[in-house]
Amino acid sequence: MEHLHYRFTGGRKTRAAESRIVGVVASGNLEVLIEPAPLQGACTVDIDTAANGFGAVWEAVVADFFSRHPLADVRISINDNGATPAIVALRLDQAVEELAAAVPPEPRA
Amino acid sequence: MIRSYYEATARERIDAILDARSFRELMPPTERVVSPHLQALSLPVAFDDGVVVGRGAIEGREVLIAAQEGGFMGGAVGEVHGAKIVGVLQRAIREHLPVVLLVESGGVRLQEANAGLIAVSEVMRAILAARSAGVPVVAAIGGQYGCFGGMGIAVSCSNAIVMSEEGRLGLSGPEVIETAHGVEEFDSHDRALVWRTVGGKHRYLLGDCMTIVDDEMVEFRGALAASIEAAGPLTLETVEAEHAKLSRRLERFGDATDGEDVWRALGWADPAVVPLADTDVFLTQARLLRAA
Repeated sequence: MEHLHYRFTGGRKTRAAESRIVGVVASGNLEVLIEPAPLQGACTVDIDTAANGFGAVWEAVVADFFSRHPLADVRISINDNGATPAIVALRLDQAVEELAAAVPPEPRA
Repeated sequence: MIRSYYEATARERIDAILDARSFRELMPPTERVVSPHLQALSLPVAFDDGVVVGRGAIEGREVLIAAQEGGFMGGAVGEVHGAKIVGVLQRAIREHLPVVLLVESGGVRLQEANAGLIAVSEVMRAILAARSAGVPVVAAIGGQYGCFGGMGIAVSCSNAIVMSEEGRLGLSGPEVIETAHGVEEFDSHDRALVWRTVGGKHRYLLGDCMTIVDDEMVEFRGALAASIEAAGPLTLETVEAEHAKLSRRLERFGDATDGEDVWRALGWADPAVVPLADTDVFLTQARLLRAA
């Protein structure tokens, strides 16, 4: 297992108040947990991956993601089980989409 | 919204089975209670340890729910995973709410060894404790990983099981039988044989599941709600009746070597049509034979 950490600044704040999780840690797949967090305007990405030695590829995929979705005060956490870069990029996009659509649950009766 | 139960993830199943926006997750992924055993072995973890638990409503009735994610380690039960299911069952006893288990599991997570074995036995004990406290526990099986090993025993302790034809329920899974006893005993690559032995239709004919439904979320939802309504108490009499039923099954079908033998003995004139029949056609005929 390898742990990778990235931090980006200069993004825009999200209005979402809730976290979302997308994907499953199945073979060749990953889960992405996306949470609003007070990070002084930063967006952080923490990755735990089963495939060691792919730091350069992760950096490229994550930097490309941030250029498409410059977020601020958002923490992204990934558990990866050998997903390909294209799958990772799609899951990250899905996470942002679901975060944007996050509707708070209705109050309890 | 995804319609197929078989193809859905645990979270998609919860969203489709429960009333819209009624789900409140307990121990959500943001709490990051992951498996310490997998971390020690340097294996990937999941933030929910492969099971989603919480409360919600099904057709307006409040329930507690647990859904296993087959995609993560085949839904195998580790220490955290098992404790989450046990927690839901114990909460159900305290709050007197029915429990819905969306099961998909190969059984114990072998990487967690004794902790996993204990976790599964605790799930069984919790199901029986809930039932003896008058809390209905109903289960659904219809995912691609089926329900085997310890979880096969655990769901058999529940009030009722709802299956689809695609669902599989057993103790040792087909690959395990083949590995332990050889391909002559059981060919796990023979899919027709596998479904004749552990598939939904066979389980229904033997009386192991309450009903079978088409692979549609709405069908599972309706059948689960109905089985909560129909759930009876767990008493010495119900246990003895179950034992008597199993003895009769052994007497009647003990010599059968294939599902088809059982179906023929049940009175199905042409057992070869059973796997091909649509669910409604199958159920019409099967209800008569099962009752007889």
